[in-house]
Order: sequence, then structure tokens, then C-alpha cells
Amino acid sequence: MAYSFPEEVLEYVFAFLSSHKDRNAVSLVCKSWYEIERWCRRRIFIGNCYAVSPQIVIRRFPEVRAVKIKGKPHFADFNLVPEGWGAYVYPWISAMVRSYPWLEEIKLKRMVVTDESLELLSKSFKNFKVLVLSSCEGFTTDGLASIAANCRNLRELDLRECEVEDLSGHWLSHFPDNFTSLVSLNMSCLGSEVSFSALERLVSRCPNLRTLRLNRAVPVEKLPNLLRRAPQLVEFGTGAYSAENQTDIFSNLVEAFSGCKHLKSLSGFWDVDPAYLPAMYYACTGITSLNLSNATVQSPDLVELIIQCPNLKCLWVLDYIEDAGLKALPSYCKDLQELRVFPSDPYGAEPNVSLTEQGLVTVSAGCPKLQSVLYFCRQMSNAALITIARNRPNLIRFRLCIIDPQAPDYLTLEPLDTGFGAIVEHCKELLRLSMSGLLTDRVFEYIGTHAKKLEMLSIAFAGDSDLGLHNVLSGCESLRKLEIMDCPFGDKALLANAAKLETMRSLWMSSCSVRRCPSSNVEVMDERGHPDSRPETCPVEKLYIYRTVAGPRVDKPNFVWTMDEDAVLRLS
Amino acid sequence: MEVGVMKMVNKEKLGLKETELRLGLPGTDEEIMAKNLIMNSNGKRGYKETVDLKLNFSDMDRTDDRKEKNLHKEKTPAKAQVVGWPPVRSFRKNIMEVQKNGSEETTDKTGMGGAAFVKVSMDGAPYLRKVDLKMYTTYQELFDALGKMFSSFTIGMMDFMNESKLIDLLNDSDYVPTYEDKDGDWMLVGDVPWKMFVESCKRLRIMKGTEAIGLAPRAMEKCKNRS
Repeated sequence: MAYSFPEEVLEYVFAFLSSHKDRNAVSLVCKSWYEIERWCRRRIFIGNCYAVSPQIVIRRFPEVRAVKIKGKPHFADFNLVPEGWGAYVYPWISAMVRSYPWLEEIKLKRMVVTDESLELLSKSFKNFKVLVLSSCEGFTTDGLASIAANCRNLRELDLRECEVEDLSGHWLSHFPDNFTSLVSLNMSCLGSEVSFSALERLVSRCPNLRTLRLNRAVPVEKLPNLLRRAPQLVEFGTGAYSAENQTDIFSNLVEAFSGCKHLKSLSGFWDVDPAYLPAMYYACTGITSLNLSNATVQSPDLVELIIQCPNLKCLWVLDYIEDAGLKALPSYCKDLQELRVFPSDPYGAEPNVSLTEQGLVTVSAGCPKLQSVLYFCRQMSNAALITIARNRPNLIRFRLCIIDPQAPDYLTLEPLDTGFGAIVEHCKELLRLSMSGLLTDRVFEYIGTHAKKLEMLSIAFAGDSDLGLHNVLSGCESLRKLEIMDCPFGDKALLANAAKLETMRSLWMSSCSVRRCPSSNVEVMDERGHPDSRPETCPVEKLYIYRTVAGPRVDKPNFVWTMDEDAVLRLS
Repeated sequence: MEVGVMKMVNKEKLGLKETELRLGLPGTDEEIMAKNLIMNSNGKRGYKETVDLKLNFSDMDRTDDRKEKNLHKEKTPAKAQVVGWPPVRSFRKNIMEVQKNGSEETTDKTGMGGAAFVKVSMDGAPYLRKVDLKMYTTYQELFDALGKMFSSFTIGMMDFMNESKLIDLLNDSDYVPTYEDKDGDWMLVGDVPWKMFVESCKRLRIMKGTEAIGLAPRAMEKCKNRS
């Protein structure tokens, strides 16, 4: 058309679009925009590695520089996905090695990564810069050694909560002496000791180092030397934070921390000796993110540290903070946006700390920017939930775990339906919700009616019948991920909402009452053999449904059956 | 037949009458809920298409059980686990252990917390499990837990093979529990004091008796008795 922009101009404009949704929308405008967009897309996000194949991705987007892929479903974090299920990254890496020689970034979550994959990537991508592995497994420190040795332009090596077979700390010494490009190193999930001198030299020669998260094996005595060599650090994670009889350690720490004028994030804090905490106070004025979820330190010292951080936005802490500690947050940390409180003793029969619903209520009342909550506690009431909802209609993530399954409102002994109902009713922008406690079908009515922006919902031990699931599937327009365990939901709601499943990334159901299900890709995990080998009334163990354009998996283990043979619903 | 029903649903996506979910079996709660649903749906366009859902309570028993549970709620004993609950990641699970043990060195591989997760494989079972050895205090507790974990597999095997006798996993000489220790050697479970075992065990394998020949005299004797 005479008035259309030249391609180069469109490409230039598209470069300003960073969100995947925007890019996807743009590509749907017309064929020429589709073509232009696909040639200039540099960053790809694949939310489910089985939703698409490497070949399809590469065919459509030939010039990709950064890839982010997610593998196993979220419940894999809690040991619900058996070993050997899948999510292997190797096929992706081997395909990308051929087609994306200039790939710079790989970010993976819940995938199985082998040493072979790491070695292949380290030797094939000459300009490789960023490797982020989040909740991944399957590799050893040998794989890390390959990365260190071969990735000459590496900027980020970030291992978040991975399961690494720790053969030795020697991998760190594989960074060559002329390697200076490191910006971020997170080795917090590793067990073994690395050579401290190698670490110090590495830190010294990398002037752009901004993030350094050490592992537990780095003792507190080593911190001053490291911090002195990297006063520009923005994010720092300690190792074990205690020592014996070292009188000058404290003063060295104070000096080192006060030299770090740019620190915004602190983490680590294993084995905390409270006496050493005040050494950090000088660094706390700029702190916006504090992860104390490993710190088994009790309340007065714990709270003392937290209230040194007036600019705190994100706090992860154990329930040792107790209600009393949480009460301090509105006064000292008014800008708090995200709060996560983890249980120190999740399996104890009796509470070991004085943390109740009150703590969360006070934070919700006094921290106007609070938008993201993850809270483990042992009692909850509808009244508290209603108050929280009214206080904080700006909540976007609300994950509540009441440790005892099906615990009712402890004041009235009623289900917590109205409480959670208030949450979805008031918090109109809610994106993610995890519920617990005693819940009937009624709560799902509320959710279906109100939770229109909800994208991810996690349910356990809730509901009475298929009506519950039906309300969620038919009412939650934005739902992308649904994960359910131990609920009396069966086939009917799934059958009635088969079309909905096509609009979602995935649905997980374990220990429910599902027998048969139609969808584009249904995986049944059952150790007892093929579902047909059991009577029709026998429910399956685990069901994982996801949409895909890649067809059935070729790498299924022998306890996974896909149901997309003759029983599948093909929706046009 | 199943396929036929699904195809009908396919043709009329909103033809929910085909699914005919029924509600309203005896029990006041269900009736009240049904009424509420119909009342609520009047103003909501989204529900108009889905009204007339009548849910068939074929799993009525389960609902009753749940109500029973709620009325006579007993505290579940500590460490009686449902897999996946509470939703706490492995490395967070034993913070309390660490606290209790004070300065005790944890030789945990991952360096995160005092958990002692080891993989457990059973010869012939389709997939591995993981157990946290710190959850148990005696060998018998461990064996009980393993027995429960793998019982669904053995029951499955029974169906396939139409066996009528129960295989008592670990008290029967058909299976021999073994473990790999820190030195990489495979040993029989039970020979060393429990605490020592927890510290040195890297993984567990429940071997078929015939495979365990050569491990130890006890194992060999078991196999001889079998044949």
C-alpha cells in the first residue's frame, strides 16, 4: 500500500516493544507485520517446553538472542512430579546450537539440565552472556566448570535453588585469569567450598560485578575481604553468618559493609549469630530487598535488623518474626510491597512461634503498597481475611497456606469461603491466588464471579463437587494456570469446559476424582499401569493437561500416558 | 461410547445440556447451594449459558466423609505426611532441625538446611522416590514408610499378574534394601547404628534378592532360601 511504512521503520518501532504480549499482538495485525516481526524478534519466552517444539520456534524466529523456557509444572517443587517425567533442555540446546550461533541468554525454570547440555552450550555459543537456572536439576559442578572455562564473555551465572550434584568447589577456579566480564554470580544453592583465593581474585578482576550470592560454605571471616574488593556491589548474599571467638571480625565487617554504598539486596544468612547482625546496619539504608528465609534467628534481633531498612520493598522471612515483629513493619518499612513468611517448623503438631493471622492483618493495614503476599500460618478467620481484603484492594498476589489441611475459621468453625470471597471481590487486579483451609463449593462461586483477572490458582483439599471446578473454569476469564491437589473434582467439570482448557497454559490435578478427560494434550501419570488396565471407576493418580502445537511428547517415561489418541476433542 | 458423547459436546460447545450435571440430592446444603447458584445467575451473563447445571453426586460418600472429618476434627500427628503438603520446598523443610542441632555440622550435599533427602529406587518400579531420612528415628519407621510408598506399585503388579498373596516388601526376602554410602559402596541397610546410617547414606535401592548376591553373607543366605 502506498502509505505503509518501510520495513526498516516498522522494525525500528517494534524494537521498542519488550513485552511478549505486545509482540504477539503485533504479529497478528497482518501478514507483512508478522513477517517483519518474526525476523526482528530477539527474545523468546516459552511457558511450557512441551507446548511447542524447538523446530517450530526456530522456523518462525530465526534471529533469536535470548530464550526463556519453563519445564515442569509448579507442583514439582513439592515432589508431586515423579523423577524422570521430562523437561529436558538438551533437545532445545542442540537445536539452538545449529540455528542460533549468536545466542546470548538462556534462562530456564524447572528443567532438567545435564552436564552435557552445559558443555555443549559453553562451547557453541561464542557470545554467550547470561545463564539463569531456576529450580533446575540434573547437572553437577563439572557442568559449571565447562561454563566457567569456555564462556569468555559470560556476564551472569545465576543458580537459584537448583539441585546440583556437588562434586567439588573446583569449578570456580576454571574461570580464566583474563576473564573480567562477570556481572552476576549466584552460587547460593551449592554445598561445597570453593577456593577462597580463586573467589577473591575473581571478584577483584571483575569491576562490573553487581551481584554476588555466596554459598553457605563461605565463612563470615571471608566476607570483609570480598566486600572490600567489590564496594560497587548492589546485591549480596552471605554464607554462614557466624564465627567463633573472632574479636576483630565484627569490626572488619562493619568497615566492609559501610564501604558498600550501593547495596540494595541482602540474602544468605545461614547459621546466624545475632551478634554479627548489627555489622550490616550501615548498609541497610539503601536496602530494598531482604531475604532472611534461611535465618533461624529469633525475634528481637531479627526485627532490629529489619527496621534498619526504611526503604524495604521486599521481605522474605521465617515465622520467627511473629506477630510482634510484623507489627513493626508499618512504622519502619512503610514502602513494603512484597512479604513472604515461611514456616520454621511446618511438620510440628503444635505451633512453635507466635505467628497468627493478626500479623498479616497489621501489615495489610499499615503498608499501603503491599501487593504480594505469601504467608504460612496455623490459624485464620473469615474476619481477618475480610479485613485484609478491605485494607488492601491493590493486592495482586495472595498465597495463604494454613498448615493444617481443611482448617476452618478458628473463631466460628465455619469454612473460609467468605474470607477468600472477600479477597477476590475487593482485589480486582488479583493475578495469583493460593488458598487453603476449609473451603466448600461456595468459595469457587465467588472466585468464578469476581476473579476476572486471575491468571493462576492453586487449590488443595477444597470443594465438595464438580460444581466448584466448573465455576472456576467457566468464570475466570483470564485463567492460565490451574493446579489442584486432593479435591473431589472429576470428569464432569472438565468435560463441560473443554474449550476453556485450550485457552490455558496448563491444568494439574492430582489425587482428585478424574477418570477420563478430553483435551489437546492430556498426560496421565500413574504408577499402577495404563489407566485402561483398571476399572472405569478408578480415578487416575495425576493429570496434567496443556495446550500444545507440538503433538504428543516423544520423551515420555513409562509411567506417563497421553490420552490424545481416539478420546481427544479436536477443537477447530 | 465415551467418544461419542465427547463429539456431541464438541459440536455444540454451549450444549451443556448434554452433560446433564445434576444437583440437589438429599442434604440441605446441596439444595441451598443449588438455589443460590440459580439466584446468582440471573444478573450474570456468564452464568446464563451454564445455568441448569445439576450436579450428580456420585461421589456423595466422599463429601460425607469430609463433613465427618470436620465435625470430629482430630489433630493429625506430627510428620504424618501428605505428599506435597504443606507446599514447602525441600530445602526449607528442616530449618527447625538445624536450629535443634545447633552447631552440628550438616553434611547435606546441597548445603541448604538439615534435610537428608535421598533417592529411593526399587527394582522394577517405574520411578524413583525421595525420602528425608531425618524424618525417621529407627529402621522400622523407614521400612514402614518405604513399604507404603511402594505399595501402590506392588498392588499394581498384583493386578497385572493376578497374584493373590501380598508381597510384604521389606520383611520378605524377595526384596533387599541396600544403600550407597559416602564411599560409593553398596551396603545392606540395617547393619550400622541408625544415626551413622543417616549420615552416610547417599541413596537407597531396594534390590531384588537375586541381585544382592555378593553384597553380604546375609543377602546370599536370603537368596538361597528363596530358590
